[in-house]
Amino acid sequence: MSELLIRNACVIDPLRGINAEVMDIAIRDGVIVENVGGSAEVIDAHGALTLPGGIDSHTHICGTKVNFGRYMSPEDMRAGRTPRRGHMHSTSGYSVPTTYGNSYRYSAMGYTTLLEGAMAPLEARHTHEEFLYTPLQDTMANTLFDGNWAIMEAIRDGDTKRVAAIIAWTLQAVKGFGVKLTNPGGTEAWQWGKNVSCIRDPVPYFEVTPAEIIRSIVEANELLGLPHSVHLHCNNLGMPGNYTCTLGSLGLIPDLNPKRQTLYATHVQFHAYGGSDWKDFCSKSEPIVRFVNMRPQIVIDMGQVMFGRTTTMTADGPMEFNLYRLHHEKWSNHDVELETGSGIIPVVYRRKNLVNSVMWAIGLELALLMESPWQCMLTTDNPNGAPFVRYPEIIALLMSKRYRDAEFATIHPDTGSRVPLPAIERELDWYEIAVMTRAGQARALGIQDLGKGYLGPGAEADVAIYPIRIDEVDPAVDYQKVIEAFSQTEYTIKRGRVVSRRGECLVDGSNATLWVRPNVSDDYDMGRDPDFIEKFDRYYTVRMRNYPVQEEYLNRDRCIETEAGI
Amino acid sequence: MIVKDVVCPFCGCLCDDIEVEVEGNRVVAVANACELGATKLTGERRMKNPILRDGDAWKDISYDEAIRYASDMLLSAERPLLYGWSGTHGEAQCVGVHMAELVRGVIDNTSSVCHGPSILAIQEVGHPGCTLGVVKNRADLVIYWGSNPIDAHPRHLSRYTYYADGFFLENAFRDRKVIVVDIRKTETANVADEFMQIQPGGDYAVLSALRAIVRGRAESIPQTVAGVTREQLIRVANLCKEAKFGAVYFGLGLTMTQGKYKNIRNAIELVTELNRHTKFTISAMRGHYNVYGSNEVNTWMTGYPFGIDFSRGIAFYNPGETTAVDILARKECDAALIVGSDPAAHFPRRCLEHLADIPVVQLDPYPNATTAFCNVQIPVAVTGIDAEGTAYRMDGVPIRTRKIFSTEYPSDEEVLSRMYALMQEDG
Ligand code: SF4
Ligand SMILES: [Zn+2]
Ligand SMILES: [Zn+2]
Repeated sequence: MSELLIRNACVIDPLRGINAEVMDIAIRDGVIVENVGGSAEVIDAHGALTLPGGIDSHTHICGTKVNFGRYMSPEDMRAGRTPRRGHMHSTSGYSVPTTYGNSYRYSAMGYTTLLEGAMAPLEARHTHEEFLYTPLQDTMANTLFDGNWAIMEAIRDGDTKRVAAIIAWTLQAVKGFGVKLTNPGGTEAWQWGKNVSCIRDPVPYFEVTPAEIIRSIVEANELLGLPHSVHLHCNNLGMPGNYTCTLGSLGLIPDLNPKRQTLYATHVQFHAYGGSDWKDFCSKSEPIVRFVNMRPQIVIDMGQVMFGRTTTMTADGPMEFNLYRLHHEKWSNHDVELETGSGIIPVVYRRKNLVNSVMWAIGLELALLMESPWQCMLTTDNPNGAPFVRYPEIIALLMSKRYRDAEFATIHPDTGSRVPLPAIERELDWYEIAVMTRAGQARALGIQDLGKGYLGPGAEADVAIYPIRIDEVDPAVDYQKVIEAFSQTEYTIKRGRVVSRRGECLVDGSNATLWVRPNVSDDYDMGRDPDFIEKFDRYYTVRMRNYPVQEEYLNRDRCIETEAGI
Repeated sequence: MIVKDVVCPFCGCLCDDIEVEVEGNRVVAVANACELGATKLTGERRMKNPILRDGDAWKDISYDEAIRYASDMLLSAERPLLYGWSGTHGEAQCVGVHMAELVRGVIDNTSSVCHGPSILAIQEVGHPGCTLGVVKNRADLVIYWGSNPIDAHPRHLSRYTYYADGFFLENAFRDRKVIVVDIRKTETANVADEFMQIQPGGDYAVLSALRAIVRGRAESIPQTVAGVTREQLIRVANLCKEAKFGAVYFGLGLTMTQGKYKNIRNAIELVTELNRHTKFTISAMRGHYNVYGSNEVNTWMTGYPFGIDFSRGIAFYNPGETTAVDILARKECDAALIVGSDPAAHFPRRCLEHLADIPVVQLDPYPNATTAFCNVQIPVAVTGIDAEGTAYRMDGVPIRTRKIFSTEYPSDEEVLSRMYALMQEDG
């Protein structure tokens, strides 16, 4: 039995409605409890800000495309190097760090749970292998279904239950957590070098539209009772005027789940653009926010862009090719048979560039205009908008109008006429930041029932203690202190153990992988479906028996079983 | 006993549809595999136990002694080299990286002497690729450039390209065109629809000519380019542009000939250019079954695919300096651990002279050319036969190899983990 007592913690715990109360947190064997004995180890927080461990509900840290981002970018690897020291292995990389680099840097920032945003089922084993080397966070993977042949055929036949059955079989086979749609239909079209322009544009050959894919998969997701909602990267990313497409997509979503949203729309910044071309490009954050404010069934994340160098990587292959044609740096693409694809290019977001300046403003506007922080998660779509190490700056920008104005003065001078940002006075408070970086993320992912995202008895003892006293610091003025505090915890505690202290990781770590097994009736077990098996055998290049990810690839195996309604 | 869906541990095709018949500890029949795969699966004579050089003779030693020898050797070396890795599974490769980091050594894999230049080209211009099944189901044009699959990857044509069933092709064999580009008429060229014969060293010029034609500058092309006629160049460029889906598979004939990484760069840029007209992909014909896996593992662990030097504590990468051949030729390293490869069969003489001067430990199931340079050899289970583990196919698809039967031999991962544990205690 191991016991730990954190004393004098200034706790913000939004899932329990606790806002800045000084209290003790008792931990036994990795779980938060009412109290512990007198021999427990004690950490005195001295009134420092104490939050549940950070959760990132959309990041790219492990798997085929992430690793290809490293592989093709020795210049990025050189831009962030640390030697082996104590329990820490050497790390490389700035925008796409090595797995240890990701794990240590996230841990130093107080993050204890990460969701990889895009895993191609055929290559899932790779994602899980990298999870094994991301030791300080629990991990899970959104699984890509945007161009899945069997699903598109089932949709064409109007058979939503079959759609659900295919998702169920695939998730348990590849040890996936949630359902991800990246440019639905577009990734299949891209295997012919084509794309879909928006939700009414049919996919070549399969003759289903993105709208049908989205609607049907959203229904199937709820039939299966999955913890998380469908996670959507809308069509038409990055194009001027795409906000109408985004509104059309969001408009497809009914309210189907009383516990959480029915759709998680990711990196909405990239989908909130007005104008008809790059010349009259402008922000449309306001209509998007107005729309989402009225619909509790939708949660978004920011996809904030920060100035500087980074690497873009997404399953959205056609978008990456368009981006390549603008930037003319190196371009990689990787289509995956019967399923999806991906693309990668390095980019630099520049302050002196008008389009980049507008993008920067839009992300902040989304977070500042949304009435409820529970509906807007803080992300950069790491590393697409910026590497996650920039989160502390984003927090400070959201908390300080003065900081925003100072930054605004340095960006392209025409930005002011294209964005509402300068007129927005709102400054987020500590509680709202806690929602957007852990509590809201836990709820949106549907993992609070697993003890994630709060600090009450029964919760997993994932805790972040930041070196800041919120009664002494005015974030509107001292934004530099906010940045420093969120850059490095005093203590990061994972499952009851101190894993990181002032940036130094202290243990080898032992993460858990969260994945979902929906239990379906025999009639809907695709593993016995003759048509499914026959097509699998004919068109995949891997045998069906060699496709599932074995238990060897899970460190701590946390299987979530659901009772599916099929 | 029949074991189905076995993964062939020989070449980068990583065929996973093999059937083997096992009697005790022996494979007695193999179905679906090619010659190369079948030979690998039926196995040669394995070494029985670890051996230690004793003057001109060999002495049998225990695994404990052999592992202790290796760990002492690596710990006392100033600049150890850990080389090979393409013939073993990913789990062992991961331990190798940790070991190299601990002793501040250099870890390198066989890609530094095969597709290293291809990787350098990708690091400059990127890589438009896809999984093999995308080609199988869609491609109406396949180009083998400087590669001869019938010889080196015998089932590439039947499983993934020429003879493979494709979802979008009514009659795949008839509807798919194959072009072979090479300096001599290979066996693959004999079955191709079009053969473009290039003078040795002419690849770069031919690629440039094709790029110019694709860009609409056919008029600038002379009558012949490196032995290829203008007419044929234009015909091939048009076949590419008119294809619905084209795929280029290049081999060492392009990577290791004059121009090296510049050839690959030019080929990738041609493919990128073609993507403005239609869909085109390009990929390397990776040789050893898990050489791509060693690139993947090294990359997520260190940031770089091969040639990683930990002597400064951080991971440092500079091919030509931190690669095995260069370190041996400069007589820099003072101990070598070889895993899953046979450098003595491939390395230049200067390198081997130095290898003969330093202590060498090899993990390999069989006696091979490198055995002659070893102080200790440790026989291990063969991944894909009596050990299982992860391998990456040439297109990046990871597959877990199956164990066909069990033996007393420990796997590479087990031996290396024990070595690493000793090194951590003593280091
Ligand atoms: S083609 Fe390669 S992987 Fe397939 S059976 Fe032959 S040697 Fe084995
Ligand atoms: Zn995305
Ligand atoms: Zn993303």
